[in-house]
Amino acid sequence: MDFTTQLLIAAISAGTPLLLATLGGILNERAGIIQLGAEGLMLMGAVTTCIVYIRSGSLLLALLATLAVTALLGIIHSFLTVTLRANQTMSGLAMTLFGSGLSAYLGKSISGLPLPGTSPKLDLGWVKSIPVIGDIFGRLDVLTWFSLLLVAALHLLIHHTSWGLHLKAVGDNPATADVMGIRVQMIRYSYVTAGAALIGLAGADMVLAYAPTWNEGLTAGRGWIAVGLVIFARWNPLRALFCAYFFGALDSLGFRIQLLGSAIPPYFLKMIPYIVTILVLMYLGYRNRNKPSGTPESLGTPYIREQRF
Amino acid sequence: MQNHSVEMRGIVKRFGSVTASDQVDFSANAGEIHALLGENGAGKSTVMSMLSGVYRADEGEILIHGQTAKIRSPKDAAMLGVGMVFQNFRLVQTLTAAENIVLGEKSSFWRGSKWIKNKHAEIEALGERFGLHVPVDRPIWQLSVGEQQRVEIVKTLYRGADIIILDEPTSVLTPGEVEQLFETLRVMKKAGKTVIMTTHKMKEVMASSDRISVMRKGKMIATLDTAKTGELELARLMVGREVIITRQEREAVQGKPLLTVNHLEVTADHGRKALEGLSLSVRAGEIVGIAGVAGNGQKELAEVLTGLRAWKSGEIVFDGKPVKTASVRGAIDAGISHVPENRMKSGLAGRLGSVDNLLFKSYRSSEHSRFGILKAAKNRSWSQELVQRFNVKTPELDTPVQQLSGGNQQKLLFAREVSHRPKLMVAVHPTQGLDVGATAGVHELLMELRGSGSGVLLISEDLDELLQLSDRILVIYGGSIIGETDHEHADREEIGLMMAGIRHREENAV
Repeated sequence: MDFTTQLLIAAISAGTPLLLATLGGILNERAGIIQLGAEGLMLMGAVTTCIVYIRSGSLLLALLATLAVTALLGIIHSFLTVTLRANQTMSGLAMTLFGSGLSAYLGKSISGLPLPGTSPKLDLGWVKSIPVIGDIFGRLDVLTWFSLLLVAALHLLIHHTSWGLHLKAVGDNPATADVMGIRVQMIRYSYVTAGAALIGLAGADMVLAYAPTWNEGLTAGRGWIAVGLVIFARWNPLRALFCAYFFGALDSLGFRIQLLGSAIPPYFLKMIPYIVTILVLMYLGYRNRNKPSGTPESLGTPYIREQRF
Repeated sequence: MQNHSVEMRGIVKRFGSVTASDQVDFSANAGEIHALLGENGAGKSTVMSMLSGVYRADEGEILIHGQTAKIRSPKDAAMLGVGMVFQNFRLVQTLTAAENIVLGEKSSFWRGSKWIKNKHAEIEALGERFGLHVPVDRPIWQLSVGEQQRVEIVKTLYRGADIIILDEPTSVLTPGEVEQLFETLRVMKKAGKTVIMTTHKMKEVMASSDRISVMRKGKMIATLDTAKTGELELARLMVGREVIITRQEREAVQGKPLLTVNHLEVTADHGRKALEGLSLSVRAGEIVGIAGVAGNGQKELAEVLTGLRAWKSGEIVFDGKPVKTASVRGAIDAGISHVPENRMKSGLAGRLGSVDNLLFKSYRSSEHSRFGILKAAKNRSWSQELVQRFNVKTPELDTPVQQLSGGNQQKLLFAREVSHRPKLMVAVHPTQGLDVGATAGVHELLMELRGSGSGVLLISEDLDELLQLSDRILVIYGGSIIGETDHEHADREEIGLMMAGIRHREENAV
């Protein structure tokens, strides 16, 4: 395998947790609720997976537990922001701080213990025979395939179904959606909860496919990158795929340059994704200066029916 | 006794201590256009919002087609066939017209290209029937206000409404579009629908409706047949006193030139040319009206004069001194005050109280602050005085100004702009959305400014207002002044033609 193929494989592997978390964030924010709790949710997802997998030995149980725990956190976030109309930035930051702290505490007992297994890989014999593509897609794990299918599913959901139309309406103009008989609060609850569960799954993917054991704070800021990727991808699942893999590639590129024995200090290499973030944001900002940004228009604004304008 | 399609009995709605609707009785019939007339804040929109389920009534009952109806949400209203076209359109800007129209539809989960095509055809056909052309596949943010309103109307029709409420439908339309709207309303009426329209414009009520209900201060005053009443009676009912609408008489202006603009070239936001070789002048003690259809450069002209926008070439001389660069601070210090087009967007800070809003332009002066620290007590009494002098009705000085009525907000804005004795006032649509009483108040203030020797540049789409107040009227079209007429010789029709870009036979030098 040549360098490019290896890099692509590494990009997908590093990009998958980012992708899952970004998709979760897109669902959240399309419904009009800011999700800054991604880092905490990912950590909670990772630690839940580790504990349940090590204690029970069942991967399925571990994943279900992860979805349940993070969905519960999502319900709390939506209760705060949708029903109580709390400040969404504060609620998200609280979620991150709470998740970091609680995961560190819960993870103490299993810290450093190896997981009984990883996310099972799908061996696709007939794909393997194709050069390059076979190397990349021949043995991806289940979660990666799931994330790819999810991209397609969410794209279709948002752009080609009535649910998607309702979702966009709720995120852009809840007052209008309400007048049209769409249940704004219910939709916001559903997507915030589903989004949180997806972000939790991103955490699970971190420990199942990326890092083999639990370490305190193992996400190392990936939740925050996902928050940025949501904006980068302009709330679009297809773009999220490219953005996530692009960042995955940058992430592993630094690692690989280091392996090649380059004289560049590793700290600089680790900065690459973030420097690129700033550059890309500047470029996009310039290119799209006369267009709507794609931001859901009522992102961050709670909806109250009888509020006077 | 006739069977009403809508009947509201003893409707009461309170917002905190304010009773917006006080024991209101209202009824409308199928196959009529019923106008609900009243000043701003009279409670028209509140009553209609209860009919459409946006607000819930505190007391009273609503009957639809003779049956007691429980309307607890917009959904309930839609089920009963009640549809409302709001003043602030309920449209999702990023979605296309068709997507907005089918938004509430729960059926057909999958929306492939065939489904969309069928819907487009269905919507276009429906629009055609009522004389409404809708660009189905374009996103709302690309549509003009008139087109957006048509989307709103088609939306209510598409949802099968047979009771259609339009809240201040004409306030955003050009005269031509208004005529078109009335035509549509007549088609609806013929189709047996109940059309209810709230408005504060008497002329339009007289031109379009069959019956008129008049509201004042949250109470229903009277319901009349349009054929048996007239504007004067309506005005009296609406305001509660006699209103005299006359042209302001005045003496000719002799003041010195205050503002001279020569060959101004300005580029608008997207690189489009907004002003092309525009020249005009304003003398002290003169009101110069700028007539024109929106989008011909009025906005940019006002922005340049108030320092908000830079210009490409041309010369501006104010009060004998050439203006070199665009600076808001410079304009304020030079004595140019500004009544912006949208008072809540760029005129007032909605969540702050009257004191802060009044201070915005003068807080730097030694009267109001010292070493950067505001003189709180003094500013308060100063504000109190201004609020009284300009007759601003506010529960308290600290009440957020967004809770005041439009008229009172505008009075507050004028209080601030007039308080520092401007040499020139640039007023953009100063009476937009104001009722008869508040409009008269604003007109009085402008005439007072004129009397005290200030110049006024009045940019307005309301031709009556311009004819009433201006010493000279300039017509702006395509970014330059294409005609001029003075107070004595102003002719409605001629100005109207020029607004449409048809030049006067003799080129008027400006």
